[in-house]
Amino acid sequence: MKIVVCIKQVPERDARLRIAPDGRSVDSAGAATEINESDQYALEAGLRLAEGVGGEVVALLLGPDGAEEAIRRALAMGATRAIHLNDAAFQEGDASANARALAAAAGAESPDLILTGLQSDDAGWSQTGVLLAERLGWPSATLIMEIEPPADGRIKVKRELESGWFQWITLPLPAVLTIQSGIYPVRYATLKGIMGAKKKEMKKMAPADLGLDPGQVGAAGRRVEVRRLYVPEKSAEAEILQGDAATAAATLVDRLQKEAKVL
Amino acid sequence: MAGAIWAVTQLEQGEPKGVSYETIAAGQKLAAALGKPLESVVLGAGARTAAAKVAARKVERVRVVDDPKLDPYTPDPYTAALRLAVEAETPDYVLFPHTYQVRDWVPRLAAALDAGFVSDVIDVRADGGEPVFVRQPFQGKLNADCVFAGAGPRLVSFQAGAFLADDAQKGESPAEIVDQAIDLSGVEVRTQVLDTFQEVENKVDLSRADVIVAVGRGIGKQENLGLVEELAAALGGQLAASRPVCDNEWLPMDRQIGSSGQTVAPRLYLAVGISGAIQHLVGMKNSGTIVAINKDANAPIFSVADYGIVGDLFEVVPALTAKVKETRGV
Ligand SMILES: Cc1cc2nc3c(=O)[nH]c(=O)nc-3n(C[C@H](O)[C@H](O)[C@H](O)COP(=O)(O)OP(=O)(O)OC[C@H]3O[C@@H](n4cnc5c(N)ncnc54)[C@H](O)[C@@H]3O)c2cc1C
Ligand SMILES: Nc1ncnc2c1ncn2[C@@H]1O[C@H](COP(=O)(O)O)[C@@H](O)[C@H]1O
Repeated sequence: MKIVVCIKQVPERDARLRIAPDGRSVDSAGAATEINESDQYALEAGLRLAEGVGGEVVALLLGPDGAEEAIRRALAMGATRAIHLNDAAFQEGDASANARALAAAAGAESPDLILTGLQSDDAGWSQTGVLLAERLGWPSATLIMEIEPPADGRIKVKRELESGWFQWITLPLPAVLTIQSGIYPVRYATLKGIMGAKKKEMKKMAPADLGLDPGQVGAAGRRVEVRRLYVPEKSAEAEILQGDAATAAATLVDRLQKEAKVL
Repeated sequence: MAGAIWAVTQLEQGEPKGVSYETIAAGQKLAAALGKPLESVVLGAGARTAAAKVAARKVERVRVVDDPKLDPYTPDPYTAALRLAVEAETPDYVLFPHTYQVRDWVPRLAAALDAGFVSDVIDVRADGGEPVFVRQPFQGKLNADCVFAGAGPRLVSFQAGAFLADDAQKGESPAEIVDQAIDLSGVEVRTQVLDTFQEVENKVDLSRADVIVAVGRGIGKQENLGLVEELAAALGGQLAASRPVCDNEWLPMDRQIGSSGQTVAPRLYLAVGISGAIQHLVGMKNSGTIVAINKDANAPIFSVADYGIVGDLFEVVPALTAKVKETRGV
């Protein structure tokens, strides 16, 4: 079974975010990064499936040079090889433009399955996996919490619905699944994996390699544009209790007793 | 109607899902700003019955998109149905609530129509006639003003709670209800639904708890949980968690608060090392008194909290536990 897993590199969770001088993006120079959380789960799900039924996992990422770090992590975790969509023309795409490029690259691999995370922790569109399914004309299912090995050309998966509801569905392959965080515990890269990753193939691709015109990707191909990025003004601001831990704790207990009357 | 704004109503057990009225409220605001008519589209099996409820709101008309293929929900026929309706009527904007179902099929619609889709929007305003949609990327830490580029229909989904259902004005008289003729006979339904179910009954029913101490990823590792357990015990409260804590199997799933966990409203909710992502907030924001302990002064949780302590939980929590024990004599 051939599985393509889309992984995105995002700023590390607790990283301080600095707005770039253009006022529309985050200045990522020198910032710590990681593989997007739900993509780590997608990768884990892909690896398990491939280990179970045999096959390979291809990691696919669209991003700048610095994103090679995420690719190396994916290879160290066990991806067989990687495709890196890396070209100036890809910059500042929205979900639509990026999905066009990712669909072209993934489709060219003719995989049985494409896995993505359900949502990126930076842009947070929650669209890309489903967009690329439609671009490829494949069925899709989102918020996947369990995957059974395929049988008779169909795959059975468990979807998460709202408020504690779930659903078992089947869909024909090839298909796209977007993976919800928590599906399976994510493995760590072993030292052996990290060493082995250095020898694995990482193919860099530009729009022309995908049969795309530069005008269809990145800023030129987008349908949504970020005009301004800024720190939100908070509406109902909490009362911040000052002092060292002991002082703040004492003030809090006092407030909870006398003001909020909940203690 | 060409140039109209559509607010799409999602059905749940044959009724308009509550957030759909929030979408109508958002649509009313956008319609007023742009001077365009607002219509509602009720989509799904049994839409005709539900349409009467929606027609009580101030909309120009309610379009019914109903077909046996829309039951149960699957993405293919939903995408086809609305694509056909949009192509026939050419609305300018199509608005949705940002539900799990909308995540499942509306991106397909966007790709099928080659339309732009601004998802998870919290506000809309018109800057000199051009509508600007505000969303919260980076897990709610930043705001982004977004505008559409290029031609074609424009899709927008609204975050739950960003607009109030009660703000969806009622009309003076019921809106006209029209059947939207669509032909889904050629549409293949590729997804097969086997079973829709609730996981084993929640072992702990947190909705009855008076006091909840919820712990987030800031706790670092499972071995540190004792710290918050002790605080919960001192307060006579229940221990709960954000999703990553359950994803990592540090606590069982039935302790999870949020859109995919339990919804609670205790008298006192303490959020310890929780950033305050929207999917967490929807599960707890109606709590009586909310306290947040977080080392990041900009964490979104502070915007729903009544009291906050900005600091290292490993210092603050033991100090708080000691003080609570002293005060309550436990
Ligand atoms: C469809 C969907 C459904 C979801 N459902 C849910 C749900 O039901 N429930 C839910 O909770 N989430 C849910 N999520 C996930 C949600 O988006 C967030 O990722 C999650 O809530 C973040 O959890 P957290 O705040 O614990 O972790 P983080 O966002 O990583 O925040 C950790 C916080 O701890 C603070 N911290 C770190 N160290 C310390 C320290 N020493 N002292 C004090 N503070 C510290 C940090 O400043 C940070 O604010 C869902 C997401 C999606 C997309
Ligand atoms: N630049 C990218 N490179 C690779 N995968 C991506 C990229 N952007 C988004 N994805 C995938 O699509 C998912 C959803 O992203 P989004 O639509 O931005 O919320 C992510 O979890 C990734 O799996």
